[in-house]
Amino acid sequence: MVRRLIAIITSLKLTIICLVAAMVLIFAGTIAQVHLGIWEAQQRYFQSFFVWWPPEGRGLRIPIFPGGHLIGAVLLINLIAAHAKRFQWAWRKFGIHLTHAGLIIMLAGGLFTDLFAVESHMRLTQGDTRNYSEDPRRMELAVINTSNPEFDQVTAIPEAVLRRGGTIKHKSLPFRLVVRHFYQNSRLHMVSEPGVTLQPIANQGPGAQVVVEAVSRATGVNDRDLVSAAVEIIPAESASLGTWLVSDALGAPQTFSGDGRTWQLVMRPARYYKPYSVTLQKFTHERYVGTDIPKNFASKVTLIDPERSVNRNVLVYMNHPLRYRGETYYQAGFEKDDRTSILQVVRNPSFVAPYIACIVVAVGLLVQFGYHLVGFSRRRGTVAA
Amino acid sequence: MKRFFPWLVLIFAAAWVMASWFPPKSTDNAIDLITLGKVPVLVGGRVKPLDTVARNSLLIIHGKETLQLPNGEQIGAMQWLADVLFKPALADEYPVFVIQNSEVLGLFGWEQSDRKYFSFTELSPFLKQIDEQGEQADKLESVQRSAYQSAILNLRNALILCQRLKNSLRPEDAHDFSKELETYATAIPPAAQAAGQRGKGETFDKAKLDSVAAFIQRYENLSSMAYLLAVPSGEGLQWQAVGESLLQAVQTGELHPVVKAYAQLGDAYHVGDQRTFNQQATRLRDWFAKEQAVATKRTSFEFLFNRVDPFTHSMVLYVLAFLLACGSWLGWNRPLNRAAFYLLLLSLAVHTFGMASRMYLQERPPVTNLYSSAIFIGWGAVIVALILERIFRDGIGAACAGAIGFITLVIAHHLAGSGDTLEMLQAVLDTNIWLATHVVAITTGYSAMFLAGMLAMIYVIRGVFTRSLKKETADSLSRMTYGVVCFATLFSFVGTVLGGIWADQSWGRFWGWDPKENGAVLIVLWCAIILHARWGGFIRQRGLMIMAIFGNIVTSFSWFGVNMLGVGLHSYGFMQKAFPWLVGFIVSQLALMAVGAMPLERWRSFRGSTNGSRQNDKMNFVPPGLVERTSE
Repeated sequence: MVRRLIAIITSLKLTIICLVAAMVLIFAGTIAQVHLGIWEAQQRYFQSFFVWWPPEGRGLRIPIFPGGHLIGAVLLINLIAAHAKRFQWAWRKFGIHLTHAGLIIMLAGGLFTDLFAVESHMRLTQGDTRNYSEDPRRMELAVINTSNPEFDQVTAIPEAVLRRGGTIKHKSLPFRLVVRHFYQNSRLHMVSEPGVTLQPIANQGPGAQVVVEAVSRATGVNDRDLVSAAVEIIPAESASLGTWLVSDALGAPQTFSGDGRTWQLVMRPARYYKPYSVTLQKFTHERYVGTDIPKNFASKVTLIDPERSVNRNVLVYMNHPLRYRGETYYQAGFEKDDRTSILQVVRNPSFVAPYIACIVVAVGLLVQFGYHLVGFSRRRGTVAA
Repeated sequence: MKRFFPWLVLIFAAAWVMASWFPPKSTDNAIDLITLGKVPVLVGGRVKPLDTVARNSLLIIHGKETLQLPNGEQIGAMQWLADVLFKPALADEYPVFVIQNSEVLGLFGWEQSDRKYFSFTELSPFLKQIDEQGEQADKLESVQRSAYQSAILNLRNALILCQRLKNSLRPEDAHDFSKELETYATAIPPAAQAAGQRGKGETFDKAKLDSVAAFIQRYENLSSMAYLLAVPSGEGLQWQAVGESLLQAVQTGELHPVVKAYAQLGDAYHVGDQRTFNQQATRLRDWFAKEQAVATKRTSFEFLFNRVDPFTHSMVLYVLAFLLACGSWLGWNRPLNRAAFYLLLLSLAVHTFGMASRMYLQERPPVTNLYSSAIFIGWGAVIVALILERIFRDGIGAACAGAIGFITLVIAHHLAGSGDTLEMLQAVLDTNIWLATHVVAITTGYSAMFLAGMLAMIYVIRGVFTRSLKKETADSLSRMTYGVVCFATLFSFVGTVLGGIWADQSWGRFWGWDPKENGAVLIVLWCAIILHARWGGFIRQRGLMIMAIFGNIVTSFSWFGVNMLGVGLHSYGFMQKAFPWLVGFIVSQLALMAVGAMPLERWRSFRGSTNGSRQNDKMNFVPPGLVERTSE
């Protein structure tokens, strides 16, 4: 039995099956991007163990195809096992060994990146300073204790926790939060708008004047969900502080008092705080003379890191990102008539893996094909002679 | 005859190519459009000769580089442009605008007939309508537009381009523009004096100010309309439109010599005074040669490049070579084969000249957009195929070279419809290192995949439909295909990974599942599958061929298909029109695969003989792989 299993795991057939499955998956995942957008398709097809049908919902879901992680993992095991079993040292196999060793590094690095890399945005208007980046794809409910004049104490509740619903308790909060409603994607309307029949779901703050319409999830490349929720704030000792509407579509934080302190409540993109700050000095957007074709985008920023005593100006422009403390800042976009610059921030702890893998594989392929090309021409040479 | 035939073919072909090198002698009493055609202007961020502007604009508006007038006369792009610039009333009557969409015709109350070209005058009553409809269509992403919306938007853009051209060098209603400029120049100093007096609060002559104000209004309009930036106004790429230069004259008090020369040249053209026209054209040429020496050198070369039209020439040569090579399999083997080989060398030389010229003009590595990728893929495949031909000398490499060279150049020709193929590069592409490595490696991989597919097609077609596929030919075809697939694997893999490294360098992430990236990795995966299936003994000669044909489908999806999805960072250039062609190509390849999968008894070459692939699966090119061959 074990021998049979080993035979399967190390078989070339399994390799080919995995490769074919990968092709089918990548093809389907690429076509799906037309409707789902790159990010969503990536989640469903490539960064998952199975492709599910239906893709969402709580009911019965069946896996219809292996996802990227599963195929990658099986291929990785297959590669390692096959080499462990059949490894023989010989010059004529050296190229093949190198190629596959490189592929193992690449696959492992890819899986590692998928699991641990974090992408976020930093949006800066000229003069702005930020010490955090944001993930526009994931929201968080921030409950901010503003009673200390020195600093704010932020308790951030991830979107996923809100989605689960129920009661949320945390040791830094002297009250419970009860999620009354949750909308993955929504539109807000004023109660006073003509034709509005829905009732407000909140009874406190500006949210009491607003109704929430549930809409289906955003699928376009540039669209994103507007997450909304209604939470009731219930202190341990006293009566309920009412139900509050929190939404991505509401801009400013709402203020309430509880436990003798002042609090702020805001639904915002999830933040990643950094031990340093970035200030946008100037954003430039050059075009070719007499056209609208962009020639260059550049952000001149000041990087201040008291811990490492860094205070310097950096120019972030096309093909020249800023790499600092394990994160890469690259020029991703702009807004508001070129006054706001959007920097993409990527933390990828395994970014060296592909570099090593690439060199190893390329050398391996060159050695292998070179070896046979030499053999081939030598054979032809003897035939001709 | 046998010995001289290949040389004769080569000499004839070379003479035909060389003929285009020399311009037709212009007679003394003709308008000298050649000198004018070399004059540099700045359009689309690039300094180019007026000749290029003429060809590209006519291509955008009319779909062709020449124009047939209702009286049957054929005029060239430069002649058309001169009429648009200097005799707009006449050019308005030319049937240049293409309308084929019946809904667009219906918008004007016209029925679809065999007429598809319309003049500006015919369309002028509907301009407002076209503008509104086009604006609505413009709001949509190109993927979302219906055929009608694309057509109306194209028409609107063509009309705008035409209007802008008409108002590039002079206002379209100008008659004696030189005289107008003289009046303007003499009116400036008194007006400046009056303005100074007004500034100090003294009494001033309002009439003097007003006389110039009317001009300023007129030239502001001209400046905002202009398509050509015709006047160099400083170092590097600081060029101005004529209108802008005229406005600046208010401060400097002087008219730019280029503006004056264009005005006189235009007036001369307007009244048909060829002597003055030629004088002014020469004056312009001399001025630019002195003041803009580098730009002039480049534009003169581009003018030559336009006229020589290397890709059309090599396209024809490739087709001839392909036919000769195919003919060599039927009989008169040696001379035809040799002739094909010589023709291919000539064609490759012309092709290389074209590509190198583009690199010189653009100062870029060879592949910068879809158009140039087609040219490079053909070039790469032809070289590899010629090397195969040198090794095997059986006409197969030559036939592949001819076919792929021809097809890729035809594709390139159709990709050129959107105007300047030497366009400026989007910001992120503005890096020669990665264009030279990643892009070249990837496109070389495409070349090799198509070549392997072509070899496999020859195997299947010759094997099934003719008796000409002998055992030796079949074996050498399979060795060639195998070798080319290995080559493709190497380049596709390296190219894909280099792309990842580029992405990591500029965006901080190695892989983003962008459609173009996925397309590239599909090729790598397919190559890996072919090689592993072969090494594991799951496929033999015929299986290799069928899989290599499928490689054509994978490659065409990666090259074109992903661009049609209209998503991602690489989707430069969406081509709705190409979609049916792509589908047709894929269907044809699937059909060939099905033909190739027929039992060997149905193959004419193998019928009743023992040389079917079933017997000869001993390829002496199989590497001693990691995996032992499973014995079957």
